Amino acid sequence: MELFHGVNVDWLGKKWYFLAFSMIFSVAGILSMATHWSHTGYPVPLGVDFRGGTEVQVQFSQTPDVARIRQATVEAGIKDATVVVYDVPSSNEVLISLPEQNNESALDSGRQQIVDALQSHYGVQFNVRNVQVVGPTVGKQLEKQAGLATLYSMLGMLVYLWFRFQLIYGIAAVVACFHDTLITVGAFALTGQEISLTVIAAILTLVGYSMNDTIVVFDRIRENLRMSRREPLADVVNRSINQTLSRTVLTSGLTFLTVLSLYIFGGPVLKGFSFALVVGILIGTYSSIAVAAPMLVAWQEWRGEQGKAAPLPAAKRAKA
Amino acid sequence: MKKNLKNKIALIIAVLLIFLYGIFGIPSGLSGKALENALSSRIHLGLDLRGGAHLILQVVVSEAVSAETDNTVGRIQQDLKAANLTYSQIYKPDPNKPETIRVEGIAPASASAARSLLDTKYSSEYDLTGGGSDTSLALTMKPLVEKALEDKTVQQAIETVNDRVNSLGVSEPKVAPYSLGADQILVELPGVSDLDRVKSIIQSTARLEIHAVVGGPFPDETAALASVGGAVPGDQEMVHGSGTLATGSDADSVYIVQRVSVVAGSDFRSADSSTDQNGLRDVRFTLTNEAGDKFYDYTSANVGKSMAVVMGGRVREVANIKSAIRDSGEIEGSFSPEEVEVLSKMLRTGALPASLNYLEDRTVGASLGADSIRAGVTAAIVGVLVVMAFMLIYYRSSGINADLALFLNLVILLGFMGFSGATLTLPGIAGVILTIGMGVDSNVLIFERIREEIRAGKAASAAVDQGFAHAWVTIVDTHVTTIVSAAILFLFGSGPVKGFAVTLTFGLAANLFTAVYVSRVIFEAHLNRLKPGEMVSI
Repeated sequence: MELFHGVNVDWLGKKWYFLAFSMIFSVAGILSMATHWSHTGYPVPLGVDFRGGTEVQVQFSQTPDVARIRQATVEAGIKDATVVVYDVPSSNEVLISLPEQNNESALDSGRQQIVDALQSHYGVQFNVRNVQVVGPTVGKQLEKQAGLATLYSMLGMLVYLWFRFQLIYGIAAVVACFHDTLITVGAFALTGQEISLTVIAAILTLVGYSMNDTIVVFDRIRENLRMSRREPLADVVNRSINQTLSRTVLTSGLTFLTVLSLYIFGGPVLKGFSFALVVGILIGTYSSIAVAAPMLVAWQEWRGEQGKAAPLPAAKRAKA
Repeated sequence: MKKNLKNKIALIIAVLLIFLYGIFGIPSGLSGKALENALSSRIHLGLDLRGGAHLILQVVVSEAVSAETDNTVGRIQQDLKAANLTYSQIYKPDPNKPETIRVEGIAPASASAARSLLDTKYSSEYDLTGGGSDTSLALTMKPLVEKALEDKTVQQAIETVNDRVNSLGVSEPKVAPYSLGADQILVELPGVSDLDRVKSIIQSTARLEIHAVVGGPFPDETAALASVGGAVPGDQEMVHGSGTLATGSDADSVYIVQRVSVVAGSDFRSADSSTDQNGLRDVRFTLTNEAGDKFYDYTSANVGKSMAVVMGGRVREVANIKSAIRDSGEIEGSFSPEEVEVLSKMLRTGALPASLNYLEDRTVGASLGADSIRAGVTAAIVGVLVVMAFMLIYYRSSGINADLALFLNLVILLGFMGFSGATLTLPGIAGVILTIGMGVDSNVLIFERIREEIRAGKAASAAVDQGFAHAWVTIVDTHVTTIVSAAILFLFGSGPVKGFAVTLTFGLAANLFTAVYVSRVIFEAHLNRLKPGEMVSI
């Protein structure tokens, strides 16, 4: 069986469409983050691990009445509690959350209050499945750490590509990754899903995947450049994309299937994680063809216009 | 060539066996149950999968610094008295700066003597300012000394919490420094879902101290203040205590005690509960030698006076000193059995050098953990099966190569987890699934390349050769970049991110072996059987 045999698409000829497409999605992402920022002070909905606060996940033996639970918390004098049905309604699970407690020594009192309030209303008909109490200090630390980890991993990959290819390759790949991250995070802001620590892991994975896709194309460009030095760069890039297209589509398709299986079967805890990957893999595949490769050509054309010698951005080192 | 191939196959089988051992160890039997038990004893599950409590504690290190400077205040008082140098008071001017001590009202004539005395005795730990014609001196703990003290405090707190957690019988607890913040401790308690009991033991930050009583008990703070003329002197403090121990009533009462303790926390060597001659429960304690000497000096000089046992910032007992005590004593009082147990357990495991605050607390119920395992494993199995089926359809016989390589990849990955004792978390399972994706990618890269070479008219073995050679460069680049980012995640990440980085790194390393080496060997075995001119099935 074979798909995509002898494809010959002029990808670079469509670069303005790609640019428009990327701009629309990036701007949509930025706008939804800005909107979210103006409402909440954060660009994206943050999970309890970053935001701080208390979250108690409770499973009831029967379908829980959210209004009754809300009333129970109000009667117990708990302020600002939010009660939502968690995951699939048939699991009878409810998520009760409290905003951040500024007083770290009283951190635990919220959890106790919630459990006590439920106990007085429901007796033993419920089961506390998961409790997260996060103080402001830890949330801030995690926020900083996640930001740094993303930054460092992009830098690390940039340096590696610089060493293996050329600086412009590294920059193009990192820009493509940034593009993917922006759009994926924007999707979280747009759909109102929370970014938790696990989602950060997913975003970092998608950075790795997007990079992976980009490198496969770059590798082929490098190889083709070595063989045909007189061909215009745009043609070489087009040919390289076409040659690797079947691999790109197959791998992305298969990875997409595994991630989809994670999204469907992975349960509520991995929902955000797999959502990020489902979006990220689509965007990551697109960006290696539509963002990273055209950037190489654009850079070379720009160098040409500047009147500088336009060396083909071929590999520094050749290994077969 | 054939012999060479046999060696390669032997190597692959050996690797398979070694990593199967990594996963299962030597199972007691081959039944499903025995294998499952063997598996669960080798692969450590994270708290999110097995259920348990995860706490982050902040050690209030300033308390330890404060205790140390309190001690120094006491020593300076003694030294100056011994040298017959007069002063009006020695105190710590700012509660927020526990590292600074002031000595005031030194007679101008003896100022330089006092300065040189303090300089010789304390200059290794304190910076000395003032003095000369000035009548006051300030001692500030050196930043390096303070840092060392804080580090030691955190270390001690970790040891103490560890001992306490162990005394509770929690299996495989983890108590370690938490790298994200200064002076923080991470505590992981698998299988614990009722935190209240554990917390009450861990959090008994209650430093046990014995203070000299200046006055009390008073019914309230106003009365206590009145007794010292409206303001508590700098070297004394006001401590509340339930009247239970002293008077038998529950009413709150207030004592004025000397700020500097006679013995405290780490001065206690051991403690046990016992019963006194009247049948009342009490706690017998033993002091360290050094503290015993100090205690002896104090008690022999103060026979007939009172001392207060202060725990957790409250007076728990007030005792009259009947005779000099050296290194052992009893704390009497109407303790409840639980109180005696907690107290003696705490003293035995060492008192905490400073209080602990909770910064974070996550408890995953065992049922949620079990659900998560089921969901994660289902997702992984469905993902693998879909991918394997697709490879068989799309690449025909060569799909078998890919599927075998994929299977071996998973075995090696899990074996690594077993050997290294790394923890499998829910994001870790996600990492496994992503490894499958990368593994497939390598195979697809190689196979597509072989197809290209065949299309270009190469013979079977040359096409396979070229396909692997070209794809190898790409595979190295993609794997190294991903490993670079996984390693950075491992270094800078914590908790779930780390678990993810671990499986991803192991998986990618295994993939370099399986997708390239193993798949290649299977191709060679296949090529050997081909008739001349026949093509590989791809």
